[in-house]
Amino acid sequence: MALDLFTVGDPIADTKAPMDVPIGERWSERRFRAKLVNRANRRKLTVIVVGTGLAGGSAAATLGEAGYKVKSFWYQDSPRRAHSVAAQGGINAAKNYRNDGDSVHRLFYDTVKGGDFRSRENNVHRLAEVSVNIIDQCVAQGVPFAREYGGLLDNRSFGGTQVSRTFYARGQTGQQLLYGAYQALERQMAAGTVEQFARTEMLDLIVVDGRARGIVARDLVTGEISTHFADAVVLATGGYSNVFYLSTNAKGSNATAIWRAHKRGALFANPCYTQIHPTCIPVHGEYQSKLTLMSESLRNDGRVWVPKERGDDRDPRQIPEDERDYYLERLYPSFGNLVPRDIASRQAKNVCDEGRGVGPNGLGVYLDFAEAMQRLGRPAIEAKYGNLFDMYAQITGEDPYEVPMRIYPAVHYTMGGLWVDYDLQSTIPGLFVIGEANFSDHGANRLGASALMQGLADGYFVLPNTINDYLASGPFEKVDAGHPAAVQALEEVRAQTDRLLSINGNRTTASFHRELGRLMFDLCGMERSEESLRKALDRIPEIRQEFWTNVRVPGEAGRFNQSLEHAGRVADFIELAELMCVDALHRNESCGGHFRAESQTPDGEALRDDENYAYVAAWEWTPEGVPPVLHKEALEFEYVHLAQRSYK
Amino acid sequence: MNLKLRVWRQRSAAEKGKMVTYQVTDVSPDMSFLEMLDVLNEQLILDGEDPVSFDHDCREGICGSCGVMINGRAHGNGLFDDHPQTTTCQLHMRSFKDGDTIDIEPWRATAFPVIKDLAVDRSALDRIIQSGGYISAPTGTAPEAHSILVAKKDSDAAFDAATCIGCGACVAACPNASSMLFTASKVTHLGLMPQGQPERNDRVVNMIHQQDLEGFGGCTNIGECSASCPKGISMENISRLNHDLLGALRAGARPKS
Repeated sequence: MALDLFTVGDPIADTKAPMDVPIGERWSERRFRAKLVNRANRRKLTVIVVGTGLAGGSAAATLGEAGYKVKSFWYQDSPRRAHSVAAQGGINAAKNYRNDGDSVHRLFYDTVKGGDFRSRENNVHRLAEVSVNIIDQCVAQGVPFAREYGGLLDNRSFGGTQVSRTFYARGQTGQQLLYGAYQALERQMAAGTVEQFARTEMLDLIVVDGRARGIVARDLVTGEISTHFADAVVLATGGYSNVFYLSTNAKGSNATAIWRAHKRGALFANPCYTQIHPTCIPVHGEYQSKLTLMSESLRNDGRVWVPKERGDDRDPRQIPEDERDYYLERLYPSFGNLVPRDIASRQAKNVCDEGRGVGPNGLGVYLDFAEAMQRLGRPAIEAKYGNLFDMYAQITGEDPYEVPMRIYPAVHYTMGGLWVDYDLQSTIPGLFVIGEANFSDHGANRLGASALMQGLADGYFVLPNTINDYLASGPFEKVDAGHPAAVQALEEVRAQTDRLLSINGNRTTASFHRELGRLMFDLCGMERSEESLRKALDRIPEIRQEFWTNVRVPGEAGRFNQSLEHAGRVADFIELAELMCVDALHRNESCGGHFRAESQTPDGEALRDDENYAYVAAWEWTPEGVPPVLHKEALEFEYVHLAQRSYK
Repeated sequence: MNLKLRVWRQRSAAEKGKMVTYQVTDVSPDMSFLEMLDVLNEQLILDGEDPVSFDHDCREGICGSCGVMINGRAHGNGLFDDHPQTTTCQLHMRSFKDGDTIDIEPWRATAFPVIKDLAVDRSALDRIIQSGGYISAPTGTAPEAHSILVAKKDSDAAFDAATCIGCGACVAACPNASSMLFTASKVTHLGLMPQGQPERNDRVVNMIHQQDLEGFGGCTNIGECSASCPKGISMENISRLNHDLLGALRAGARPKS
């Protein structure tokens, strides 16, 4: 099917995980087999790390401590701004402090199953193993986790798991973990092991003789575009939710680094796997610039409903009980309002599509605490959810203690990313990809409190142990700005910058970004079909064409120019959007966050097709006009047996 | 509603700046303050003018990127009786009324040079952290997490201090442009934890020394910092810093040269 849109190339496989030992020994065996670099030789080796979130910040600090020469790049003014800072809920670890039956194996099992059997067992098992070291590390750094009166760490259950394995720092866990990594990174900067490049954006990857050897970057303050060289390059640049324009990501979050690396030869895996979070504050107008997520813990006490009748625009408090449809409780009697994220999101979309949505544009459902307030009393609700209620009131101007909240799903996380092997190395030797920027651990759906775990696992513990094996064959032949590959990459970036500034058309970058985002949300969002995806694939090239002939980017290249930054990012989002739709179209099954209308059970639930789609789709970039090439990595499940999820 | 904005425009650190007046029309009360500036910028781009630069990123009040003086108050905190202290991105236009004139200026402090318009360079704050705002715990060296007990009240107080987002509002609001509340929040966070004790004396003297080197002013306990802080970081942290500093100096701690 869809053969006009892509071709199938050779299969791909991970060759680094030692398959001759049981899964529980593979990580230790890999570290044993990996080559080491003598400490005295490490200072002769340079590593570029792009991004300073949980993955990049922890990796740069750890590699600096190990004695490598590290160059750290970030686009914001300070490493502490990276969007990991906004994560609320918590971080999972298989400590079994609650004596409730948790173990490394259970965390591994839950994550493979939660990912709907589309992740690689070896990587997930390792993630579960190192989860316990992360908590130790963060506590040693002084991260102020929530504690019990006896001074021990507190845990909670999160995202529907039956064990309490989530560590948290009030509703600001990401902030506190990030500051731990940031402080470790600043310490290395003071020690001189990490060189800093603030407000500097990577715009291309320099590949020499098949190896990643540097980057082209733009100093966002002076506008200077320059080349930087290293023995290895690490991308920790986060996810690509901003393809959808409106998402819970930061405004600056972008796909440029991974997309440019993809165009230099790194395969892009599972681009269509996106996570849509059900409890966000709805869109309220055309000018809206971002969406705000509220912790899904709200669904523990809030009841989700819409009016039974279409177009019922009465005050929700005036709608009698028997004219309300508590649709999650109706459809999923055993899980009710606590069904997983993907299901809660899709059902919200369904009732809004039926015309029963609430709020100004009909894109919202009620999350009602009236019953909980009666049962528990207002003080109990305040104690549990006070900060979330305040945030809601501040943004919407409505009092959720009096009127039901309105919520709607928003794009929140992308499970897809650059393909990496067990060592987190991409298909370009010397290019490593960590954190949300890679595809490796969450399959088709990420569980709550697992993003922070993966970012820190990759940065503190995995990459610093695997990158040695590659660097042991270095230092590589010296490359400088005069090398033809560097000159060419630099010229291409300059040419693109000049071209963007010279179009001087009639539309702003933001107007294109909004148009692309709306199209992607409608046609490649919570539910995808061959029809919707074909429509998107017809329209995206037209948007691209119009962008490159009619965008207006003001200002100059040689100055601080935020419009130019945004335009470059949107140009890449448009190309990535097309690949996301091709991937979504080729995967004619429903799994995790990817719901294909054609692949559902008679009662409307997601239907996976393990016979035909139990593989990672790793895409090779091809020039415009040539369809991309699909490389399949077969997924095998030795330890967790394939099963269909059910929440009825 | 329709508003008159007077915005600080400055092309670069080297050039002189001035206030420029703009009209924005059809502002919805549901817009955030930054969305209102987005609307102004789209209009400026289509009119062939240079849009206003300002730092922003998460737009949910946690990254610390955004921050401008609104009618002379950092993030607009203190202008509205019924509005909690917050970041600029969490201020919504329903706090204003039709016909209002709003002055918008960058953070003003010697240690925060203007980059362009409303965007300033706050890297001085990172250098204060570099001088001692950490616990030395290289990756892999950590003991088992439960081997360190932390009394809940200390952990909670440390967390309150650690919620500082490094936006710089405290500096902008202070008549002396002092970064004392910023520095004190980190000294307090780490000083309350058992893990932070070995470096406690050196930390406080080095951070204060760096703060002076960066050109921040001295603290005279005025309290504008805390009144402008989007996270409500309390003045108690400054008392704690002073307590730690005296103790450290008496114990013979001196800044690294």
